[in-house]
Amino acid sequence: MYAIIAGAGKVGRNLARELISKDHEVTLIESSRSCYLACEEEFEHAVQYGDATELWVLERAGIQRADLVIAVTGDDEDNILVCQVAKEKYLCERVIARVNNPRNHDHFRLLGIQPAVSATDLILRLIEHEVPRYGLVHLLALEEERLEIIELEVANDAPTVGEKVSDIALPEGCLIISVLRGGSGFVPKADTVIEAGDEVLLVLDPGLEEAITAYFAPNGTPAAF
Amino acid sequence: MFILIVGAGRVGSAVAKSALAAGHEVSVLDEDPLSHERLDAGQSKSWEDSGGQFTVGTALETDALIQAGIERADAFIASTAGDNTNLVIAQIAQKRFGVEKSIVRVMDPARADWYGEQGLRTISPTKHAIDMFERALAPDTESEAA
Repeated sequence: MYAIIAGAGKVGRNLARELISKDHEVTLIESSRSCYLACEEEFEHAVQYGDATELWVLERAGIQRADLVIAVTGDDEDNILVCQVAKEKYLCERVIARVNNPRNHDHFRLLGIQPAVSATDLILRLIEHEVPRYGLVHLLALEEERLEIIELEVANDAPTVGEKVSDIALPEGCLIISVLRGGSGFVPKADTVIEAGDEVLLVLDPGLEEAITAYFAPNGTPAAF
Repeated sequence: MFILIVGAGRVGSAVAKSALAAGHEVSVLDEDPLSHERLDAGQSKSWEDSGGQFTVGTALETDALIQAGIERADAFIASTAGDNTNLVIAQIAQKRFGVEKSIVRVMDPARADWYGEQGLRTISPTKHAIDMFERALAPDTESEAA
């Protein structure tokens, strides 16, 4: 695979290192002269000096044959434009962008730049996962497909405790796909009985989170976040 | 016509003033409160007294754009110092807020051309400068004839 990485900061350099060690071909593009010179010692011909938002710089790096373009500069505008041009002008099929300011996430989405990865969002999600409340954890959001996979812990006095899966009348647009109990997971059958302390994984249409939480929260009341 | 101008440097502030003088409703957004002085310079009345609107905020902040009136803008001008910022906000104006006329300054001629083909109204001062230098260098038939 040939990957172009825009931005040779900490993220860019480490990604390049990992990809090269997995035998992928990589070109790093860095617009700061001093940073470029520092990288050149390690990456040699795999790093190029230039502004990756300029078309000739991308062409010099061989964007026409790139399988993947990763934009991880410290500027969200730059990351958006690098990916937009890669996708729409050079028809690169896979792009990944870094979101520096989570408030700019909407702009990436609006201009069709997916996936857009925000370190802040990732850490927030980890915090959500680590804080054991009777809330729900977003495991995966398939935005294009408009589906989400969430995890919920079943409270002791939740309305679904002791119910068979087939008897739980979940709203339209969601499905229990897995139950984690005592450290191992299994795919539930119609006669699987939900127990307190289970962790259930559900796939659902976005927007159903609150309704779903009610089924597994204490006394059927969603936890306040 | 209601015109929103983001970036009140030399170009943005001059266009803002002439548009206001021509009877348009003009709102200016700039991250630097000092830019306001450029709007007042050389005028007998202050920008607000002349009917202009000024908002301090960064261009990528949706809230700032809304405060500056983007939702009812008929025309949007992106004239900040950064090509990349201009290209992103002009597309936000066009795609999120449905502004009919989104005009964007792009210094880089190559991207001005490409984004022009994608439906943005791009203006590249660099292209004009190149053109003028080339004409100034060429054998000067016009001025000799004159």
